[in-house]
Amino acid sequence: MRLLEVQDLRVSFSTDDGIVEAVRGVSFDLDRSHTLGIVGESGSGKSVCTQTIVGLTRGATVTGNAFFDGVDLLTAQPDELRGIRGKRIGMIFQDPLSSLHPLYRIGWQIREMIQAHDSSMTRQQARTRAAELLGLVGIPHPEERLDDYPHQFSGGMRQRVMIAMAMALNPDLLVADEPTTALDVTVQAQVLAVMTRLQREFGTAIVLITHDLGVVAEVADDVVVMHAGVVMEHAPRRETFYHHHNPYTEGLFDSLPAVGAGRRRLTPIAGTPPSVIDLPPGCSFAPRCPYAFDRCWVSEPPLARVFGDVHHWSACWLPADLVARTAIRDRLRAETAAAGETAEGAAS
Amino acid sequence: MTASTAGSTATPLLEARAVSKEFPAGGTSLTGRATEVLHAVDRVDLEVFPGETVGLVGETGCGKSTLARCLARLYDVTAGEVWFDGRDVTHLSRREMRPLRRDIQVIFQDPYGSLNPRRRVGSIIGDAFAIHDLEKGAARKARVQELMELVGLNPEHYNRFPADFSGGQRQRIGVARALALRPRMIICDEPVSALDVSIQAQVLNLLIDLQDELGLTYLFITHDLSVVRHVSNRIAVMYLGRVVEQGTVEDIFDGARHPYTKALLSALPTPDPDVADSREHVVLSGDLPSAVDPPSGCHFHPRCPRARADCHEQQPPLEPVDGDPVDHTTACWHPLAHGESLTSAVPGLGIPAPEEGEP
Repeated sequence: MRLLEVQDLRVSFSTDDGIVEAVRGVSFDLDRSHTLGIVGESGSGKSVCTQTIVGLTRGATVTGNAFFDGVDLLTAQPDELRGIRGKRIGMIFQDPLSSLHPLYRIGWQIREMIQAHDSSMTRQQARTRAAELLGLVGIPHPEERLDDYPHQFSGGMRQRVMIAMAMALNPDLLVADEPTTALDVTVQAQVLAVMTRLQREFGTAIVLITHDLGVVAEVADDVVVMHAGVVMEHAPRRETFYHHHNPYTEGLFDSLPAVGAGRRRLTPIAGTPPSVIDLPPGCSFAPRCPYAFDRCWVSEPPLARVFGDVHHWSACWLPADLVARTAIRDRLRAETAAAGETAEGAAS
Repeated sequence: MTASTAGSTATPLLEARAVSKEFPAGGTSLTGRATEVLHAVDRVDLEVFPGETVGLVGETGCGKSTLARCLARLYDVTAGEVWFDGRDVTHLSRREMRPLRRDIQVIFQDPYGSLNPRRRVGSIIGDAFAIHDLEKGAARKARVQELMELVGLNPEHYNRFPADFSGGQRQRIGVARALALRPRMIICDEPVSALDVSIQAQVLNLLIDLQDELGLTYLFITHDLSVVRHVSNRIAVMYLGRVVEQGTVEDIFDGARHPYTKALLSALPTPDPDVADSREHVVLSGDLPSAVDPPSGCHFHPRCPRARADCHEQQPPLEPVDGDPVDHTTACWHPLAHGESLTSAVPGLGIPAPEEGEP
């Protein structure tokens, strides 16, 4: 059995402007010791998706299933959930300053969290465990730092405290929502190293939400690419980076300043992410897609297997055959290159 | 491309000569004097030549934004001189500075915070004309619409409010405002850090196109090394108020000499699984020390895997290492040889920090 199985998850919010369909049918699964990276632009629904799984989207209309070790998190009773959330599923959020209470000591905050889930632990045991955790995430002199307040920690250290709290009860699953976005690169490297080391030691499964494809390349096993509330592509890491099928994935990679390419124009994705209120029919990416053709405007493509690979899925009407898909891409590139050049360049 | 190698013969458009900036920190004593001093920028020399882009990189708290603000004369320097176009502008009064402001403009990081939400876009961009008493009435409107078109905004949206625009479009408004007076020098302070990658690419393209069209000179401040590599001719790396290494993009990315530069480069996540799996990972231990009480000698020595006894005694000068071109300078007593690895000096992962973090 899979540790986490999300099936056809749909989340919508009703607002004054209309119904926001933030997540429109997302499915994925995850095994122990594996890392799933979820990428996408702001508003793609990647955070709402995972927040719903851990029950943090109050007031939303939710359908679908999210089985965690056989228990459907979306329909489970509060009692049952209490034993899972925080204990078996740890969470890390983007902003480490607002995730810690400024008026309580770090040690108290970790201890409170441990005792809430494990009433058998005495105060002293919980404190010892808290110090052990701080040491585990690389905070020097953990015993003394327990009595410090959050403002006495730097941003990177606060984020490591968040990881320590999320890992406090050796969870089976860690949900990390942009855990390193607010951090500098060298601190980000420290935090990612701590997460992967803990994964190796305890076999934790990690769902990592990020907009940084570099971070995904470093740590993910599988990658889900989201746009306007749907999964555009789902594939193992190497496939995502080297043989992507979906034009949106391609667009994300083309907009990156390439290593070694020097100072040249980038190829941004046209337009901006669509509003998820009253989406028109057809593929949500069609208005921004350089490949869009008649069919894309009328019906939304389902997530289907591509390139004859059982682990590679893409939601796109372009041919699922590697040779045909590559040929189409090369033709478009040649056309854009020709259009970009002056008269002589266009001859080809 | 541009004047990247114009080097010593040309006159820099903008120059910092041993610029220092200190801020009072901690409490104040009975006499009102600050008890402690934060050394945000410490004797920095930097030259930006006409037509080129200089990237200024470093982590949070390294003083890169403070230095930029000193150069734009938004802060008064504590010591040193700021030169613009062959003229010492360090001590010009506000009034004397005003004509110069037309030549030096700043684009800020936060496209949400840097635009007044209650004012219409047309009047935000037109402010520059109002302040300098140029172009009135219909002529001003025509100029503003021309600028909006230049940066890829629909001129008909003249009367809209910032809230009606997306993040990338707002950053374009900021660019249009900076361009209004046809400046020669633009200081870009993290102009794309708040944007999604696809939108980031649009704004970077715009900045590069404008540079080619209008012959602009940029000082580009960012913590994102892949962005800085993309736009810059030369790069200066800062650590705790000092420039630790300076050189062309190739010098820095392919031949980094300073262990900090090397560590910074190795920490940069690469969107390429093969590279990510095979390259060396240097995880720096500890945190950035406090600029109130910086380490002695080389500021980087407590975190440096190559640090030896002499490193904490004296500050290394910023000068070329043997065999390097004169414009590739490094401030290190024990610089890396070409192709030398830094990992060999790091035991294990280097996670547990050996020294006290920032208080």
